[in-house]
Amino acid sequence: MSTRCTSIVLATCALVVTATIADAADTASPEQKGRGIAEEADRRDEGFGDSVVALTMTLSNAEGRTRTRRLTWRTLERREENEGDKSLVVFHEPRDIEGTAFLTFTHIGSADDQWLYLPSLKRVKRISSANKSSAFVGSEFSYEDLLSDEVEKFDYRWLRDEPCGELLCFVLERRPRYEDSGYARQVLWVDQGEYRTMRIDFFDLEERHLKTLTFEDYRRYRERYWRAHRMQMDNRLTEKRTLLEFDPFEFGSGLTERDFDPGALTRLR
Amino acid sequence: MLGPRDVLLTVALAHAASAAMAGEMDWSGYVSAEPRIFFQSPAFANQDDDHVSPSAVAAPELRYEWRDGRNRLTLVPFYRFDAGDDERTHGDLREANWLRVEDSWALRVGLGKVFWGVTESRHLVDIVNQTDLVEDIDEEDKLGQPMIHFERWTTGHGTFEAFVLPGFRERTFPDEDARLSGGVDIDEDGAEYESGAKDRRVDFALRWQDVIGAWDIGVSGFYGTSREPRLVPALNAQNTVVLTPHYDVIAQAGLDLQYTRGAWLWKLESIGRRGYRGSFGALVAGFEYTRFGVLDTQSDLGLLLEYLYDGRGSAEPETIFDNDVFVGSRLTLNDPEDTALLLGAVVDADGESVIAFVEAERRVAESWKLELEARL
Repeated sequence: MSTRCTSIVLATCALVVTATIADAADTASPEQKGRGIAEEADRRDEGFGDSVVALTMTLSNAEGRTRTRRLTWRTLERREENEGDKSLVVFHEPRDIEGTAFLTFTHIGSADDQWLYLPSLKRVKRISSANKSSAFVGSEFSYEDLLSDEVEKFDYRWLRDEPCGELLCFVLERRPRYEDSGYARQVLWVDQGEYRTMRIDFFDLEERHLKTLTFEDYRRYRERYWRAHRMQMDNRLTEKRTLLEFDPFEFGSGLTERDFDPGALTRLR
Repeated sequence: MLGPRDVLLTVALAHAASAAMAGEMDWSGYVSAEPRIFFQSPAFANQDDDHVSPSAVAAPELRYEWRDGRNRLTLVPFYRFDAGDDERTHGDLREANWLRVEDSWALRVGLGKVFWGVTESRHLVDIVNQTDLVEDIDEEDKLGQPMIHFERWTTGHGTFEAFVLPGFRERTFPDEDARLSGGVDIDEDGAEYESGAKDRRVDFALRWQDVIGAWDIGVSGFYGTSREPRLVPALNAQNTVVLTPHYDVIAQAGLDLQYTRGAWLWKLESIGRRGYRGSFGALVAGFEYTRFGVLDTQSDLGLLLEYLYDGRGSAEPETIFDNDVFVGSRLTLNDPEDTALLLGAVVDADGESVIAFVEAERRVAESWKLELEARL
């Protein structure tokens, strides 16, 4: 086709597409819109493959007393139906738990698989994944806060749009569809430009506003994947907080299923 | 081994440290001070009447990796000095090996340690490493075992392992005048072997393990010198009765199985052994149920129940776990100090005895951990 014809075709297509989106946006229910936002955020993170990051976890109580933990987090992205990511967490500090590892296979629609590795005994122990609402290593993050955030695990509802700092955010609510959650619902602020989560409010089963998680220092990797390098969870009831500070992420280090096999845990140390 | 209604309290304060060194070497490990406190007087005349028995442990670990983690050298020496038990003052190389890891296989050569099993009260199928019994009567401390350990894994078919075990480690026992000896002298120097090669015999083991949905399964086999000796009475040169360890050649098959669902872990370990005088079977079966966030707190409370059976004849090495029930409770506070408490009791279903224990641990300062162990 000639250049002029191509331009007209493209312009028409663009017009039709825009009209369709606007149309869809107008007629989409808050539930559909909320889910659409979650799906778009998930889509934008697809394809990262695998990642490794070291992080420092600082636990503070109401009096300001702090404890530090240091750990490495490995993630393997899985693309099959009903499968979430695999995570391997290895602790480095405090020294008495050095080498202790925690392996999770996230599933959608069925319970996760979890193993604990105790290096002094060389023992791999499969543990219950009904521990979702339990505190992860004594922090303000529970297991469900940290493990794979698959779209299918929640029901969504868009609430409103509002500014968040210098950005403009979607505000949406999500309710867990999985068992053993400690939350009735969560409210998320997702920036409209890059679909990054900026803040999450957690409401417990009595609908009390229990915790707030803020995300800061987002950096972009491989021109596509955003990762926050500072996450702070504030418990509004106990006034305790946990701060996660991430070192730079490593993507594409060649991790495979083999690295996330329960049998491989004994070779960690 | 404890006298009637003896209470033993062990307190351990351990300091752990580690550092990355130049290149890919790192060292870690711990030192600990561990006084044992006995609340009763000794049950037997030849035991020392010490109510406090102090000891100290140094357990450094050295690791060196190269070629992007495909090769690793591991060195874990261990040394305990015990003021109350000469036999308990001992050193060991828990590990001294080279590990090579590739995409679908791994090979470890040297002194190593493996753990097989899923149950809590008794580790039936865990046969490769010899028990360092002088460390603790719960049989959880192990001596390093010389091995050539080959592993191969395939997607969907689990992991297959083969062991060549050149060389045998004899079990350690307390000194006769130490508090936990039962007053008996075990003549370790006079150990006897069924095998002509004695402790230089080459033993073999095989294992296959896999995860199939909610099931973790392991099947194992062993052929060689039993790690459990028969303690045979004899007269020594001074004409006193001593027990001599006799190590027989055995064949043993093992099965370990765990089914995980919700807050329930269902566990089974079972062995079949062709021992000294015929064959027998043994099993441990039970569950662990955990209540997460109990009573509106952050703590988890677990309930453990296991049934233990052992059908061995009287000619085999003795065991107390012939027909028993283990009941236990595990409390995890999920606090920054990683405080945990385990209470347990093994009750003989034939009504003869109860063994109870409490184990507690808590981090008391950065890198300092306090452990308490009480046994009744």
